[in-house]
Amino acid sequence: MTLWQIVLVSSIVILALKLAGYLVPPAFAERPKPARISSLLTVALLSALIAVQTVVSGTAIVLDARVPALILAAGLFALRVPFVIVIVASAATAALIRLWT
Amino acid sequence: MRERKNTARDVPSPRTAAVRASLSVAFAVSAYGVSFGALSVAAGLDIWQTCVLSLLMFSGGSQFALIGVIASGGTSAGAAAITSAALLGVRNTLYGIRMAPVIGGSPLRRALAAHITIDESTAVATAQPTRDAQRTGFWWTGIAIYIGWNLTTLVGAFVGDLLGDVRQYGLDAAAGAAFLGLLWPRLRALQPVVVAIGAAIVATVLSPALPVGLPVLAAALVAVVVGFTNWFGTGRRSRPTGEDAS
Repeated sequence: MTLWQIVLVSSIVILALKLAGYLVPPAFAERPKPARISSLLTVALLSALIAVQTVVSGTAIVLDARVPALILAAGLFALRVPFVIVIVASAATAALIRLWT
Repeated sequence: MRERKNTARDVPSPRTAAVRASLSVAFAVSAYGVSFGALSVAAGLDIWQTCVLSLLMFSGGSQFALIGVIASGGTSAGAAAITSAALLGVRNTLYGIRMAPVIGGSPLRRALAAHITIDESTAVATAQPTRDAQRTGFWWTGIAIYIGWNLTTLVGAFVGDLLGDVRQYGLDAAAGAAFLGLLWPRLRALQPVVVAIGAAIVATVLSPALPVGLPVLAAALVAVVVGFTNWFGTGRRSRPTGEDAS
């Protein structure tokens, strides 16, 4: 697949998912199980992506400057620091650790 | 009489309050677009592809997921990248079901509403007291974020393009922090915390064994199993996560 194909196919899939909500009978949304699985799906995917972005390189587990950068980010989010500042602080932490080691 | 006049002037109407809520949410969220644009270019997409994602896909979580998988697996992980983005987009379907009666109207109006049916527009709408204010909150939030998100994506993509080698600036580490920012508000009950830890362990452990992208999809099974059985669910809350508008 080319990058353009990936970009367009995935965008069309998301658009279709959004449209489907306006076509599905409303009773489905009131059932707790689909709603629960859907919101837990979001949590699981985000968490898995964090893990892979932080401790995996290609297909190998690698512990490097990304780990302290993520720990710092968690601390800042806990202190309710705005998103953009956390991202910049986290990137700067990794960059400085790489510069000094 | 005098007191009533003062009250009418000082307390905004539900519709005005909805517009104010919309604009403050939109302002905060649009800032994320800069990080998306920069990280997308860092992942190997060009400026146009990055902007098309924000224009057409317009769903932050799915956009970050797509570029996250591409960043580590390249185009050969395309199928896994699309599937990750799609699974994260499933919640938008539930938001649509919830918003359909609020939007009403013609098929065209519903199709436009579908495109801006995201976490924030649904959350602002459902927080309003009247049907009229809900409709106002939905459209104002959705349209304001659409404009802001796309402008900041463009800015971020140019910045990322100028930076060049992203590891030197720690942008690869910032990707994890960006996902954490999306995850953080959802960790307000035991069940999502358990799922988050389980999914992170599954994805990490499977990474050396499976092609790039598949460990993330395997971790999604944790959510399906826990959600289906309602392990660690509490009887007191009908919704497993605090921030979710669904």
